[in-house]
Amino acid sequence: MIAANPAAELKRPPAPPRRWTNARILGHVLMALWIVSGASLVYYLGSNVASPFVLKYWPNYIDGFLVTLQIVSLSLLIGALLSLPIAAARSSRWIIFSAPVYGYVYFFRGTPLLAQTFLIYYGAGSFREELESVGLWFFFREAWYCVIFAFALNTSAYQAEILRGAIQNVPKGQWEGAEALGLSRPVTFFKVILPQAMMVALRPYGNEIILMIKGSAIASIVTIYDLMGETRRAYSRSYDFQAYIWAAVLYLIIVEILRRVWDKIELRLTRHLKR
Amino acid sequence: MNEALTLLSFGEGGWGDTIAFGILVTVSLAIATLPFGLFLGFVIALAKNSSEPSLRLAANIYTTIFRGLPELLTLFLVYFGVQIGIQYGLTMIGVETYVEVNSFVAGMVALAFVFSSYASEAFLSAFRGIPDGQYEGGKALGMSRFKTMRFIVLPQLIRLALPALGNLWLILLKETSLVSVIGLADLVRESGIAARVTKEPFLFFGIACLVYLVLAMISSAGLSRVERWAKRGEAAR
Repeated sequence: MIAANPAAELKRPPAPPRRWTNARILGHVLMALWIVSGASLVYYLGSNVASPFVLKYWPNYIDGFLVTLQIVSLSLLIGALLSLPIAAARSSRWIIFSAPVYGYVYFFRGTPLLAQTFLIYYGAGSFREELESVGLWFFFREAWYCVIFAFALNTSAYQAEILRGAIQNVPKGQWEGAEALGLSRPVTFFKVILPQAMMVALRPYGNEIILMIKGSAIASIVTIYDLMGETRRAYSRSYDFQAYIWAAVLYLIIVEILRRVWDKIELRLTRHLKR
Repeated sequence: MNEALTLLSFGEGGWGDTIAFGILVTVSLAIATLPFGLFLGFVIALAKNSSEPSLRLAANIYTTIFRGLPELLTLFLVYFGVQIGIQYGLTMIGVETYVEVNSFVAGMVALAFVFSSYASEAFLSAFRGIPDGQYEGGKALGMSRFKTMRFIVLPQLIRLALPALGNLWLILLKETSLVSVIGLADLVRESGIAARVTKEPFLFFGIACLVYLVLAMISSAGLSRVERWAKRGEAAR
């Protein structure tokens, strides 16, 4: 056995010199491009902060921003409520429940949100008399209600699949263990299964929120003045391209903040799983 | 019911051929976008998988931008941005013409940006699923880096990335509907025209939705065949 020599142990070989490989050159060139375009974007926006365009339209942008938040939060909430019975029926053993719900989910996941919105907003006009006779016409006449309705149905289908997948992902032993402890089925579901399922569902739920924020821009096509709608209005009045650039910056900020907050939440909720 | 069938028939008084043309545009836009999106996505995944931090950062910035922007906004940015850019460039060199960007091309570019940023994530996770030993094996056989990539890594990469890419294809097919907003005569726009003229919006938008469903079903069937093809090497195990 060789006696350890502390002096020799501390002396590490020098790190190999980082050579200028092709990848490194390319990476630096691309980063330089990003930095230059980012800096010119900041300069462009900065030089326009007090421009007539911004002074005239920024209140509209804030209104549009709030409308976008309202659409997203309302339709996500309604969709979450709807997704519970849908997910339950979808995983039901009885085919009379599961088959139609499977069709519902397949329809809303397989067709574009734009076509769904058109189908509900314009399509309701085909049934005007029937809807008037049951007193629902006021609802389908308003683009606002139609958009919320369409988005909520759409997201409910996605959320139901997330929920179902997450619940099925919980191992069967969890059910059996709870049964062995004499817990009733509702208690098992809400206290044992659901918390574990939520942990799995957290990431897809976050993605669904982001998809909804991005999808909500579609509302602008059916005359809703959300962030995108206000942007299009500002552009059509001023023909100033910065309208779209401001909108892009705002959307990126919302999505990025949400993504980071969601990562933090996930890290916190799954901290017992870290080793 | 008969009226609806007449409206959907081909030829005189029917909208069948208009809608068929819309389907053609929708499908060809999606198919034309796919190779560009896949190629760009693959290149970005290579950059993200690189050991060089600056290259990874540059690729991540790209993904962050195009995954964070609403697809509709990306479309407008490309459509109007390119138009204004070209116009500006032409005025600089002293040419006074009005430029209009083809909405098909604008849609293709915007959708390829979005598709590639998602596809790069799919490729990246597939890259992570390939053990280092595969690269080392290629090296041990004396293959060049390109050959290792082409004959050893890529076949496995395709198999690993296919499920995610299949989903992205279905999303792409749906996203083409947005191009109707900048005036491309795709399925949604054609059915919108038919709906406005005949005053039967529910019928025509319902048909449009059904067509999207059928396209999705055909794609799923095709994708499962491709997946079986990609997995052909696994059967021996």
